[in-house]
Amino acid sequence: MKLGDVAKILDACVICGKDMLDFEVDSAFGADLMSDVLAFVKPTTLVLTGMMNPHVIRTAEMLDVHCIVCVRGKQPTQEMLDEADKIGVALLSTEKTLYTCCGLLYAAGLRGCERKEVHDGSV
Amino acid sequence: MVLYREVFPVERGDFASAGSASSKIKRTLKKMGVDPSIIREVSICSYELELNLVIHSLGGELVLELTERGLTLISSDRGPGIADLELVMKEGYSTAPESVRAMGFGAGMGLPNVKRHSQIFSLESEIGKGTKIRSEYSF
Repeated sequence: MKLGDVAKILDACVICGKDMLDFEVDSAFGADLMSDVLAFVKPTTLVLTGMMNPHVIRTAEMLDVHCIVCVRGKQPTQEMLDEADKIGVALLSTEKTLYTCCGLLYAAGLRGCERKEVHDGSV
Repeated sequence: MVLYREVFPVERGDFASAGSASSKIKRTLKKMGVDPSIIREVSICSYELELNLVIHSLGGELVLELTERGLTLISSDRGPGIADLELVMKEGYSTAPESVRAMGFGAGMGLPNVKRHSQIFSLESEIGKGTKIRSEYSF
């Protein structure tokens, strides 16, 4: 699904990354805990969150994530905007709740992501 | 033989700059032309380990070592040490305070996630002395 379609479905405004509306996401993940985002997300995953602090962008940077949707009407801080702009992450904002966003995107065909299995390496 | 070694000190409670060492490590590996799929794995581990140092340790460091054959990320701290090494590898187990959860961390996913994204993972800890964690990757 193209990021532009995500914006239409969620009635979201594109706060930064207006040149990334053709970027394709193939899965989505919704969480406020970045610990969980770090455990599940792939580079082509759309991240939906209500958490607003610079660690959201730093988490995206580490995971090579390109698109974040701020839910529940949350607005990214200036520090988030600056960091997102620097590393090329698109930020969208919608008034809809996380639950509603996930339902709408799932109904439109965007599925959740599977995480990498733990290997048998020693502890 | 170690071709490149860099040490990144990480202070306890320094949430504002947490992630900066991991950003530097990621940039260094990109410059060196390391396989992007390995860079992503290393980045996830270094960020988790850096956050662990900020949240749980009394302070410590992340060390990046590169050889011709691969790279190693080492997290070591000055304490307090981990009491139960099995429990700490269980997903969902966390001793992080509510203030850390409010920042979006402390879900008890960190060390299992480091193991998941390491080719070779090892954890040593001694109460009162400190913890040493190694993530190793082959090229």
